[in-house]
Amino acid sequence: MTSRADYYRQMPEPAAAPVTTIRPPRGWAPLDLRELLAAHELLYFLVLRNLKLRYKQTVLGGAWALLQPLLTMAVFSVIFGRLARLGSDGLPYPVFALAALVPWTYFANALAQAGNSLVEQHQLLTKVYFPRLLLPLAAVIAGLVDLLVSLLLLMVVLGWYGMPPSAKLLALPAFALLAAAAAFAPALWLAALNVRYRDVRYVIPFLVQIWLFATPVAYSTSLVPDRWRALYALNPMVAVVDGFRWMVAPDSHFPWWEVTVAVGAIALVLVTGLYFFRRMERIFADVV
Amino acid sequence: MTGHAIRVERLGKQYHIGHGRAARTLREDLVELARAPFRRGAPESDGTVWALREVSLEVARGEVVGIVGGNGAGKSTLLKILSRIVAPTEGLARIEGRVGSLLEAGTGFHSELTGRENVYMSGAVLGMRKAEIERKFDEIVAFAEIGPYLDTPVKRYSSGMQVRLAFAVAAHLEPEVLIVDEVLAVGDAEFQKRCLGRMKNVASGEGRTVLFVSHNMDAVQRLCDRAVLLERGRLVAVGPTAEIVTQYLARASTPSSAGAWVDLSGVERTGSGIARVVRARHWSDEDAAGGQPYPDAPLTVAMAVQVTAPCVIPSLAVTIYDLQGTKLVNADTVALGRTIRLEPGTHRLTVRIPELHLNPGVYQMGFWIAGPLGVVYDYIQSGCEVEVVAIQSPGLGMSPTDDGIVTCRLEVLEAD
Repeated sequence: MTSRADYYRQMPEPAAAPVTTIRPPRGWAPLDLRELLAAHELLYFLVLRNLKLRYKQTVLGGAWALLQPLLTMAVFSVIFGRLARLGSDGLPYPVFALAALVPWTYFANALAQAGNSLVEQHQLLTKVYFPRLLLPLAAVIAGLVDLLVSLLLLMVVLGWYGMPPSAKLLALPAFALLAAAAAFAPALWLAALNVRYRDVRYVIPFLVQIWLFATPVAYSTSLVPDRWRALYALNPMVAVVDGFRWMVAPDSHFPWWEVTVAVGAIALVLVTGLYFFRRMERIFADVV
Repeated sequence: MTGHAIRVERLGKQYHIGHGRAARTLREDLVELARAPFRRGAPESDGTVWALREVSLEVARGEVVGIVGGNGAGKSTLLKILSRIVAPTEGLARIEGRVGSLLEAGTGFHSELTGRENVYMSGAVLGMRKAEIERKFDEIVAFAEIGPYLDTPVKRYSSGMQVRLAFAVAAHLEPEVLIVDEVLAVGDAEFQKRCLGRMKNVASGEGRTVLFVSHNMDAVQRLCDRAVLLERGRLVAVGPTAEIVTQYLARASTPSSAGAWVDLSGVERTGSGIARVVRARHWSDEDAAGGQPYPDAPLTVAMAVQVTAPCVIPSLAVTIYDLQGTKLVNADTVALGRTIRLEPGTHRLTVRIPELHLNPGVYQMGFWIAGPLGVVYDYIQSGCEVEVVAIQSPGLGMSPTDDGIVTCRLEVLEAD
């Protein structure tokens, strides 16, 4: 005869009695991928929460995802296209600008939101345990919905100029992923530093502004002198923007060189960022 | 399977205070270590404080353990370490099974989200699976009694509704190891009672282990098999709940602190003033409760009485009121038929109530001195507080959830 306790012991556990060992942290902590994967449901809810809160109590709601790039496109077209007469690689200037503004707006918002994610949700950090990486990750993923919406706008503008979408658009997910990684990697550094040094909160808008000038949003990459190109390509958003323009321009070359450098640069910042984040993670609740 | 759900070995947590930094890096620690031999003065004065030190503890599977201690004793720090919110400075802890911690009501709540959205958010943050939340959703909503407001943003809720919803989610958390901090301290009494009942069910569920911190000794005694007493970061005692609670109460300085003289010269009073109670002090005989009265315990009251003219006192009374001012006890010497004669000067009078039939709670003590023919010399309605504390007497079981003011003995005569 089996007792009740025995019966329960025989039940197949979904995750067989996990054992948590808590000890003082020493040195660098590796990334706990299994734990991260196990928390995918929480990630889903955090993304959902991010989306739901984003446009709460705004009159225009989700329309802001369209208005931001649309209005910037209009301003850029007048100032840089008409007045400054910057070259646009043979594209109509509004198309040229919007193709860059769509990934750029996503990147800028994702970087800022992920960078502030830990500080803004400090009440979670001090009250419950979960992999802290989920917070910046959720901010970066939630922004992808806005990116999708603004892509629709890009399609409409392309149609307006009589430019049919080409098969090159199939590369879109890859470039969206590249943009997400480009935001996520530095956001790890910023988010972790932000917990201890609130200066970061004020550094982020400034950083985004400088970054905009270092990215071919208003102007074309061809304006950058050749000897500076290598350094320039270290900014992964160069590859992202050029990739988006490549997708919409009828005859253009794939930015191989930029993409290769970007992947390398992102990988470096991402890996160091992950280690730094994990290192700082243990004191988040103490100092936040 | 070791049989231990939680094993804690010499756990310690050091905090840095001052210097504007709350924590430091390994590098700084090494620099500090290298400098230590050359530093003059006590190292402890270096702006560091141990919130927890050398705490070892074993909790068996299915056991419900209470953690008691005063403010700053390290209770919350211990729970935060076990919940993996903060990292320990030294020591080791091992927990077997899924851990859920509940350090506040409404973790993960956002006031802009609706009740429905918050149930999912909070549930997920507290470690529930989506399917689990869906399964318990109706139960949670029913428990919270928010009914038609389910799809209204939580910021439009009354504070009572917010608290109820937050608790409802938390109360349905069913991990194998549950860590609970002081969350039952808010909310209205009726709801608290339901939460306590729910907690009890959770605790008695199959093999569920609970660590429970509360200032409510009654709740601790009702829920916990065993308790741990922390004091200034150290573990002072482990044992059966009733014993530990008694020890804690004996050590704690309660607001009405039994045994101490209370100055009554400034309190509101009426009467001619020929004889006045200027100071008073009360205690119970039992040392175990720190002299604090408990249900059915003796209560001794000593009074310093200042007399300005020779007087005869047929009626000297100690009265006890509830906080609403209802007179519960009137221990009057007039009933004994004994007259006290006093010369001018300060005298000490002591009376004793052999059994105080009051249930745990805070009461007001007043004093009354009257001469022959009903001339009132001194009348103080609220002199000082008396706190009757809960002590679980062996063999008495537990106190009912909604007890009356007055204790009563009970026998079961028939029970088929």
